Amino acid sequence: MTAQQDIEADSWTVAGRTFTSRLIVGTGKYKSFEENAAAVEASGAEIVTVAVRRVNIADPKQPMLTDYIDPKKITYLPNTAGCFTGEEAIRTLRLAREAGGWNLVKLEVLGEAKTLYPDMRETLRATEVLVKEGFEPMVYCVDDPIAAKQLEEAGAVAIMPLGAPIGSGLGIQNRVTIRLIVEGAGVPVLVDAGVGTASDAAQAMELGCDGVLMNTAIAEAKDPVLMARAMKAAVEAGRMAYLAGRMQKRLYADPSSPLAGLI
Amino acid sequence: MSITAQQSLEIRVNGEHRRVASGSNIVQMLGELGLDPLRVAVERNREVVPRSSLAEVPVADGDEYEIVHFVGGG
Repeated sequence: MTAQQDIEADSWTVAGRTFTSRLIVGTGKYKSFEENAAAVEASGAEIVTVAVRRVNIADPKQPMLTDYIDPKKITYLPNTAGCFTGEEAIRTLRLAREAGGWNLVKLEVLGEAKTLYPDMRETLRATEVLVKEGFEPMVYCVDDPIAAKQLEEAGAVAIMPLGAPIGSGLGIQNRVTIRLIVEGAGVPVLVDAGVGTASDAAQAMELGCDGVLMNTAIAEAKDPVLMARAMKAAVEAGRMAYLAGRMQKRLYADPSSPLAGLI
Repeated sequence: MSITAQQSLEIRVNGEHRRVASGSNIVQMLGELGLDPLRVAVERNREVVPRSSLAEVPVADGDEYEIVHFVGGG
């Protein structure tokens, strides 16, 4: 197979579902549902993350996300953002499963509000409970190769280490740990959180990640739709560069033009 | 149609007090609240009620409900 065919046939599979887009986008922080829908379209994403919240019973006819992003066309990945205990996260996902009718979910259990760092003890415990209940959790976690392995052993269907704190846009802070997680994983690895701009997404893919999940980097760009296009291109470019196999780094220069025949 | 105290049940929905007609099931309660059963998930007294049985579960006085749906999130 040529490299061209390779990239055209390129897809990834999580819990038996196959996708061609390696970019998962969030649906929070947008100015309007219209802008959100346009950004999702521009990103080419086939999966969006969504939160589970109380309906507004004082105004039940308010427009809903599902009016703008069709769950029949785009896979909704319910998350547990805002949950600080395993119990809250499990309760949220039991409701999400009923609302959506599917088992593929994103688990995140946060440790504290300032850093939004995951509480890995609670995350691992919640993963075990969810798997027993038939869920297929994609799990947000620290960029720790040992924790990643433990989650996989507990039944996580994807490992989603942070590149930097949620919403920070600082980019991947530790390329070594992300690479080690990728090398050790038997399930898809997606960088989730910390991406700020297109080069961060490309870097995640160059490290061999199966995908990237982001929200704020697109939603808080001056032009979210244009940034969504940039992220699509970056994820594809990073993936192709990973498949192509980059050149070795050298400590010193190496001329590109032949030395023979110089006048 | 107004609901008098004798004919109605007092329940709590998403932390707010509400009254629904006696003999209502959950689908009827959602209807009274203006909600589409196909677009929400319902927890009754901390237990998720499967969508398939919403029409079969009667609303009881003092029930506490959480009714949720999908919103934008990361």
